[in-house]
This record gives sequence, C-alpha cells and structure tokens, in this order.
Amino acid sequence: MESAGYLFTVIAVMTAATFLTRVLPFVLLYKVADHHILVFLGKYLPPVMMVLLVVYTFKNEDLASTGFLPELGCLALTAALHLMFKHPLVSILGGTGAYMALVQMGVS
Amino acid sequence: MSSEESTQISHSANRFVFQASLPVMFGYIPLGMAFGVLFSDLGYHWIFATLMGVFIFAGAGQFLAVGLLANSAGLMEMFITIFLLNSRHMFYGISLVGKIPNKGAKRLYQIFGLTDETYSLLTSTRLPEWVDPAEFQFKVTLFNQIYWVIGCTLGAWLGGQITFSTAGIEFVLPALFMVLTLEQYKNLKKPAPFLLALVIGIVTLLFISRDQMLLISILLSMSVLLMIHAGKRWNPQAISSQSSQ
Repeated sequence: MESAGYLFTVIAVMTAATFLTRVLPFVLLYKVADHHILVFLGKYLPPVMMVLLVVYTFKNEDLASTGFLPELGCLALTAALHLMFKHPLVSILGGTGAYMALVQMGVS
Repeated sequence: MSSEESTQISHSANRFVFQASLPVMFGYIPLGMAFGVLFSDLGYHWIFATLMGVFIFAGAGQFLAVGLLANSAGLMEMFITIFLLNSRHMFYGISLVGKIPNKGAKRLYQIFGLTDETYSLLTSTRLPEWVDPAEFQFKVTLFNQIYWVIGCTLGAWLGGQITFSTAGIEFVLPALFMVLTLEQYKNLKKPAPFLLALVIGIVTLLFISRDQMLLISILLSMSVLLMIHAGKRWNPQAISSQSSQ
C-alpha cells in the first residue's frame, strides 16, 4: 500500500484520462469523425483492448508451468455462463466465485 | 404556468427518469459494490473508493485501476491504458455532438458522465412530450452516477468489515473483461481482431516483457492494425484475410 498522496495522483491521472475520452469528441474529434483511420480504430480497437486485458490476467503466472490453469479454467467457465445465461452479473459472479473457491482451497 | 404546476411536472419528470434508469441501478449498485470490495483489499480507506466513483466514474476503468495499483504500474502506463480502455467513449460522443441541448456546467457534467449505460439510455429512451429532453439527459446522468457512487462506497465500506477471506476476488476483473470480449464479438462477428490481440498479448508476455506487457502489447496491436489498414485501405476483408494467411 502506497501513501495517500500517491493515490490522489493516480486518481487525478485516471480522471484526466477518462474525461479526455469523453470530451475530445465535443471539442475536436467531431470535425474528423468520418476520417477513415478513426472509423477503422473505432471498429477494431475496442475488441483488441478487451482481449489484451483478458491476457493481462496471466501477467503474474508462469505460463511454462501449470500455474495458469485455474485462471484459464475460470475464464472458460465465465464465458460458458455468459453464453448460457447472457447475464453479465451471473457470468462475472460465477467465474469469480469458482476462482475464489480454488484459491482458498489452495489450488492456485 | 403556476409554480405549483411546474413543481408537479418536475416531480413526475423525476419519477420518469427514475423508472427509465432502474435497470442501470440494478447493474451499477452490485457492480459498484464489487469494485468497492476489490478496492478495499488494497488496504486504503473506503473514502477513496467514493472519490473514484465521483471523479473517474468509469466501471471497467475503475476495476482496471485496482489491478494497475496492485501491480504498481507506472503513471504513464495507467494513463495510456485507461485512455485506450475508455476510448470507446469517443465514439459515443461523436454520435451525440449536436444532440445535447444543455449549456454550461450541465453540459460539461453530461459529457463527463457519458458512460456506456448512460449513452444507451440517452439514445434508446422514448420521451413522452411532457418530459423536457434537456432535463431528462442531465438527470439520467446524475441518477446513474448516484447509483454508482452508492455502490462503490457500500462495497468499500463492507469490504473493510468482512471477516471471511476475499482471496481470489480480484478475478472479477478478468471475468468482466471476458464478458466484455464476448459482447464485442457479438457486435463485430469477426474472429480476426480477437485472434490478433490474443497472439500479440501472449507473445509479449512470453518473449518481450512481463512488467510492461499491457503498454507494449497495446502499442504493438495498434501498429499492426494501422499497418493492415494502410496496406489494404478500407477493405472490409482486410483483417480476416490477414489472419488466415
């Protein structure tokens, strides 16, 4: 745990980054909204970001051993629940619950 | 119109906004609480979770913030990651330019509070003629943020009280991104960009850098995307043919 001052800085940085994404269209981007690069990135950047963030799960795992299997299994469970029930809370809570059970039984 | 009549209309407008935003309430309070519980594991005072809900006001962004804090990411990495994670908001905004009747502080607040859920309510709610669109837009944004801040605060406060082990709860973050990935796939219906990112992410993690994985893989993916785009300028088949080679 870092100091409160550090946390204030982090919150300020994240506030700025988030606000920037929301205000840019209104002050700048609307002029170039139909530019082909923006259209292209608007279509493909969000899926790419989501996948990279899923992979980020394994940042602290040794991919050469079997240590990543609980994460992989619980991600698969989350996906399966989502395809079955189509309800984000069910999928997220189901996957997280399973992972917590594994961690607390000492599997991961 | 007498002041009494105008008060009455305003009251029923509040009720209309509340009813329209109920589904968001049922989503934001539990999700905000999940964020709060997760955040409380970092060991900070619960008031910081409230502050994050008030100032950042971004679901996935705040979850990721906890992950970045836990991994002691650098400020630049945090800025770029959060900016790109939330970059989808830019495309919401573009479609709303010219459609926000409010001015001044209310307009600024509405732009600040333009989340996925607020955007979907703003663009899909049919307004009866007695509801003023400007008032509706502002209040939906405000109500949604109130639900979110309540959730964040409750979760962080409860998280500090909980005596059973919350080990493993950080998995809500990957689970959330897994769900969002599937939702993206439902919209796009093309496997190529997903496979591209998967390969780049794993290669970066295994062979390039573990600590800077997110930043490097984002920059690599954007470079590859832009190269594909430049190579096959706006051909819808570009990405799928690239990956099948």
